[in-house]
Amino acid sequence: MTTFFEPRQLVSPGTLLAEGNYQSGFNVYRDNGKYYASMVGLADIRNNVVSVIPLRGCYIPQPGDVVIGKVVECISTAWMLDIRSPYQGVLFASEFLSKPLNPLKEEARRYLDIGEMVVATVMAFDRTRNPSLTARDHGLGKIHRGTVIDVDFTRVPRIIGKKGSMITMLKKETGAQILVGQNGRVWISGKSRDEEAIIAEAIRKIEAEAHTSGLTDRVREFLVNRRR
Amino acid sequence: MSQRIVPAVKRRQIIELSESGRRMDGRTLTDYREITIQTGLVEKAEGSALVSIGGTKVVAGIKFEVGDPFPDIPNEGVMQVGAEFVPFASPEFEPGKPDEVAVELARVVDRGLRESKVLDTTKLCLIPGKKVWIVHVDVYILDHCGNLIDTAALAALSAMLSASMPEACVEGDTVKLTGKRVPMPLTDIPINVTLAKIGNKLFVDPSLEEEEVLDCRFSVAFKENGMLCAIQKGESGYITPEEVLRAVEIAKDKSQEIRKKVVESLKLKSDKVGES
Amino acid sequence: MSDSEIERLISEDGIRCDGRRLDEIRPIKFQLGVLKNTDGSAYVEWGRTKILVGVMGPRESHPKHLALSDKARVEAYYRMASFSVEEWKSPAPSRREVELSKVIREALEPAIFVEFFPRTSIDIFIEVLQADGSTRCASISAASLALVDAGIPMRDLVASIAVGKVEGKLVLDVQDKEDKAGESDMPMAYMPSKNAVTLLQMDGQITHDEFMQSMELLKKGCMEVYKKQKEAIESHFKGAVSNQEEA
Repeated sequence: MTTFFEPRQLVSPGTLLAEGNYQSGFNVYRDNGKYYASMVGLADIRNNVVSVIPLRGCYIPQPGDVVIGKVVECISTAWMLDIRSPYQGVLFASEFLSKPLNPLKEEARRYLDIGEMVVATVMAFDRTRNPSLTARDHGLGKIHRGTVIDVDFTRVPRIIGKKGSMITMLKKETGAQILVGQNGRVWISGKSRDEEAIIAEAIRKIEAEAHTSGLTDRVREFLVNRRR
Repeated sequence: MSQRIVPAVKRRQIIELSESGRRMDGRTLTDYREITIQTGLVEKAEGSALVSIGGTKVVAGIKFEVGDPFPDIPNEGVMQVGAEFVPFASPEFEPGKPDEVAVELARVVDRGLRESKVLDTTKLCLIPGKKVWIVHVDVYILDHCGNLIDTAALAALSAMLSASMPEACVEGDTVKLTGKRVPMPLTDIPINVTLAKIGNKLFVDPSLEEEEVLDCRFSVAFKENGMLCAIQKGESGYITPEEVLRAVEIAKDKSQEIRKKVVESLKLKSDKVGES
Repeated sequence: MSDSEIERLISEDGIRCDGRRLDEIRPIKFQLGVLKNTDGSAYVEWGRTKILVGVMGPRESHPKHLALSDKARVEAYYRMASFSVEEWKSPAPSRREVELSKVIREALEPAIFVEFFPRTSIDIFIEVLQADGSTRCASISAASLALVDAGIPMRDLVASIAVGKVEGKLVLDVQDKEDKAGESDMPMAYMPSKNAVTLLQMDGQITHDEFMQSMELLKKGCMEVYKKQKEAIESHFKGAVSNQEEA
């Protein structure tokens, strides 16, 4: 049993990571008892699971993920949502409205029009069908106010921070409501548009400097300076 | 055609059978299906051949016309190879303009002929820089049961070997046809051999069902003197360098076998011409 | 042009017309992430050959009926800019470009985990800005970096190079002049960690021995290109390695 990398070493597709009795985690594949990276990222091993933390890539839905979707199509009793993934999310009327929708009598667009945005949870997804979403739980539903920005989905963990440290700091410093969708979309609702713009700027800064240390403190400083 | 769903059961069957060196149709891994060559089918063409390898049928025709040379080779004739997929040849063929599969086929057949220098284009110049012979070599796929490349290459070659070209005489700036026929200036008998890699085995002359499950195909053309004159790997799988070397060894032997067959078949034909 | 007719492409002591040794590759410079509107991109300067590659996808397949239910549909579009060669070239795709698009796709697809993305499309757009030989090799090598930049899962990088026969000698990485005057051209694409040949073509005339020597030379050349690809990835993402915090 051997590994061929330093912790958090930059690897790319085809890099040999380990040989022997391991398990392959994210972005790692096994071939003939050897483990290789399938993605550019940082190699990692925990509890014998070899994985690569991706530096690039697209969002692939996972059940339980909170995502922010944009309505791109209304069909009789459902909406198709762009969730910044190769696969569009399906939001059935029964997962959005509290009463049944009769498509003969009323149009789905009356409740949720093309272009509008929704906070939803991924209920199921297996790549053979489009991911199905629900927006019926608490805190989910149509977005009525605030700002939505798109961020690189590989930076989502950094924006949230270790055990939510970054996002907690952002909320505490600004008093704004912030929701980070796993699909690389962030909803910000602050006291004013100016306030929202400053928070958006802070998030851009996290995105750009994701791989530097002491970032939480620098972002706090940035917020303090900008809001003075 | 290249992007279809692989019948998994059939693939397993073919791979497991190949472990004992056998194939679904009873052949060994290095056998060709039966090859037949019939020349002179189309009298209006200067040369033609109907070739079948197993159930795959291709007809090739040669036509000559007087035309302009390419500016960069003003004193040489021009050879143009085209491939047409006739819709009844396969449920997968669609009428309309040739897709990438037809384009690749034509270019692979073209390469095998051109690079072997089978046709001496320097002898096809009529008025230097102005008029040359343009030789159209067109192959029509009539029935697709696998290995189109070898069948089409063999049809094109046989049509050329059986062709006679119009005799022309040049008077000043005009080209006149005498109405007589002369042999084409041919210098070689290049043979193309295609193998399929399925699992870790190489299959000579893949059938349609083998093509449906292959990892990739590998074609190589040989001149009479044993030199290689064209290679094409095709389809979205891979082959190891060691397998490539093995494939070339096998193909070299097969090319000699097929060349013998061509010589025999065409001699038969030319004897008949001599009688009449 | 009588000068060029007597010009030798390889000198007595085995030096080529551009100063290279027989088995020496041209200077190659890859760069990742050069375009904003694609999911991944790469640019390569390979001697005087200059190529830009953009990758879109995986994304929803359009038109939908072309989507494959078990894997992503990969398409490559190899195009030469009208000004990329000596004489103006029509921008409409030629038969050569159609064939090259096909073999380039087939050279890259074995590297991609297409089975991870059923019903989607991955489109690889290749624009040759200047052609000076080995454009298909440069395209494949750069495209595999654009795929890395797009974050598309792959088995390995695909490295590609060509061997030619010029004045009876085998030379690595043929440039345009050598290709036009040479006796043969044999490009190969290779995934080193899989020992997998994903493209192999040849035109011209070579003996069986020369063919076997070419295969060795091609493997060596691909390994050199592979090294340069890795260096380009390293330099593009190196910012990500330094001082990364736990997320």
